[in-house]
Amino acid sequence: MEEKFAISIYVCNKPGVLVRLAQTFTRRGYNIDSLVVSPAHDHHFSRITVVVQGEPVTFDQIIRQLNKLVDVVHAMHHSDTDVVDREMALFKVRVKPNQRAEIFQIVEVFRAKTVDITDNSLVIETTGDSLKIDALENLLGPMGLLEMVRSGKLIMKRGLEET
Amino acid sequence: MNGAQIVVEVLKQQGVEYIFGYPGGACMPIFDALVDAPEQKIILVRHEQGGTHMADGYARATGKTGVVLVTSGPGATNTVTGILTAQMDSVPLVILTGQTVTPNLGKDAFQEADVFGVTMPIVKHSFLVRDVKDLSRVVNEAFHLASTGRPGPVLVDLPKDVVSNEWDEDFKVDLDLPGYQVQTSGNSDSIEYVAELLSKSKRPLLYVGAGAVISGAGKQVQKLAEKLQAPVTTTLLGKGSFSEMHPLSVGMLGMHGTAYANKAVIECDLIMAIGARWDDRITGKVSEFCPDATKIHIDIDPAEFGKIIQPEVSVNGDAAEVLEELILLVNKLDTTDWLKKIDQWKIKYPLKFPKRGGLRAQHVLVELDRLTGSNAIIATDVGQHQMWAAQFCKSIRERQWLSSGGAGTMGYGFPAAIGAQLGKPDDLVVAIVGDGGFQMTMCELATAAIHKLPLKILIINNSYLGMVRQWQQLFFDNRESGVDMEGNPDFVKIGESFGIKGFHLRRAGDVKKVLKKALDYNDGPCIVEAVVVKADNVFPMIPAGAAVSDMLINEPPKSQKMQKPVGST
Repeated sequence: MEEKFAISIYVCNKPGVLVRLAQTFTRRGYNIDSLVVSPAHDHHFSRITVVVQGEPVTFDQIIRQLNKLVDVVHAMHHSDTDVVDREMALFKVRVKPNQRAEIFQIVEVFRAKTVDITDNSLVIETTGDSLKIDALENLLGPMGLLEMVRSGKLIMKRGLEET
Repeated sequence: MNGAQIVVEVLKQQGVEYIFGYPGGACMPIFDALVDAPEQKIILVRHEQGGTHMADGYARATGKTGVVLVTSGPGATNTVTGILTAQMDSVPLVILTGQTVTPNLGKDAFQEADVFGVTMPIVKHSFLVRDVKDLSRVVNEAFHLASTGRPGPVLVDLPKDVVSNEWDEDFKVDLDLPGYQVQTSGNSDSIEYVAELLSKSKRPLLYVGAGAVISGAGKQVQKLAEKLQAPVTTTLLGKGSFSEMHPLSVGMLGMHGTAYANKAVIECDLIMAIGARWDDRITGKVSEFCPDATKIHIDIDPAEFGKIIQPEVSVNGDAAEVLEELILLVNKLDTTDWLKKIDQWKIKYPLKFPKRGGLRAQHVLVELDRLTGSNAIIATDVGQHQMWAAQFCKSIRERQWLSSGGAGTMGYGFPAAIGAQLGKPDDLVVAIVGDGGFQMTMCELATAAIHKLPLKILIINNSYLGMVRQWQQLFFDNRESGVDMEGNPDFVKIGESFGIKGFHLRRAGDVKKVLKKALDYNDGPCIVEAVVVKADNVFPMIPAGAAVSDMLINEPPKSQKMQKPVGST
């Protein structure tokens, strides 16, 4: 059975590092579900959060192979309870003015925000853990969901320890 | 100074003697700078693949980093096979490739290839230098990465404008590699645990690979084996880390290893990998590999732990350092019965070959081994002759055996021998090649001839791609397909056209005489073309994907139906 894993990777901000990471996953048959890259607070480095899907038996191996890459300072897997995880999503819904009220209710319950509104559409913004975003997607799906874009998962280790 | 002069100055500081190269537009500034640097000799090769194998052979024979300099585009892509070969066998290379000028990158400029991208999966690391200010640091980093930890090829792509630009370089070496750490000393608790596991073993086996050769751990392996009284088997690339003449040696293990080494694998109660990576040519079917033996793994590359085999304990460190510490903690084991059993296997299942029926490759190799006192540096190609050489040419010291193991690169042996002879001018160097592989890189005869290298080229010519033919015979109902080397040239005449001395060897009775003549000839390279029986096979053999216990010690009867390789190639 394939499983999903979230990995945090701290890398030197050098050309080619993303390709090397992607190749490591591809060679061992892992699919990348989401990938977030951003500069770390020290701009010589970047933080990457990647969610991959693959066989659990090879997972430790993948982490070792990531750590072997010259530009990778560290790669770590964290269990869900050790980290804060967040994702952001935008949803575009086709909606007539008389159906808006129902959607606004959902938006409120989910503590989401309406960020664009036209005669026949809404754009809704939300942040939260991935499960919350999945749930919102499921609710909006039958109500005229046209587009969804998700930022991909961000994780940060709780407490003083490094992610 | 310009960028090219900076590169050449760093090469000088790194102590580079030879640059295996081939020029072209994009790397002309560097070739130009080399005119003023006579300390670094350019070995002008005839094809970039050969040049890369030469640098590899030089590196394996000397332990120093091999350097390749080629131009962009096809010059760079021609090195790819050599880079893969070095990566698979952990050989330190620095490959400098010319590149089009930076404003033209990505625009399909003349002789542009994205070689940084092409080689990414087969290098230890690579750089594309975009600023002359980075050159000195990057080339130094390339040498550091190539030669430390688990060595490997490092590629540096050098756009022509970057090496042409002027910069006042101070050559302060300041490496910027925060993601690169090498653990050389092993964890003491783990080493103590290894000693404890060893102390409980009655039938231990030390399984020693190329990591021990790279580390220079031969002395420590011997000390450990003698102190424990444990038998030692070496991998194809571990040959030389422990003398095959030593009474505790059981020779090579694996697909074409000795029967007694593989029997020891089956019956051992503990197997300790020292700088070896449980390759599929060793383990066969992994689920049936030593199921009841305790596995220990010592390696400088932690990514090897658990990749194939999950060890009871692993020690991350340099083989020599770890063994040095381990030796202090171990005592002699009660292995009398175990060693007696192994000695009986040695008597019962020796390496052998039919003595009749024409000239046999094995006969030639046994005689070569005898005449050279097992002391020559042997570079092989890939195929049957390689396995026979591994079986019958004994290795007694480190860096004496050069062979493409992981990649299995045909065409490797001859250029590797050239590199080895340049690096070890006082050693006897013999290239043992097949008629197939030799033809892939034989243009380097010119390179060997120009430098009057006294190396011997022993061509085992059966006019077949013999290993493939052997597999077709065993596993594909003897349906020969694409293996007949019809149209082979007369190799002695080929040699003559390069001004190289050649000897024909056709009769079993002439083996000693002809080999002696070749060994006594030192006015440059010479060729011995041994025309051997066409359809000989290599045994013992563990069919690919089969368990070690399925080893065929001798040729199976024609009636025995063999299974096609499953789960392995």
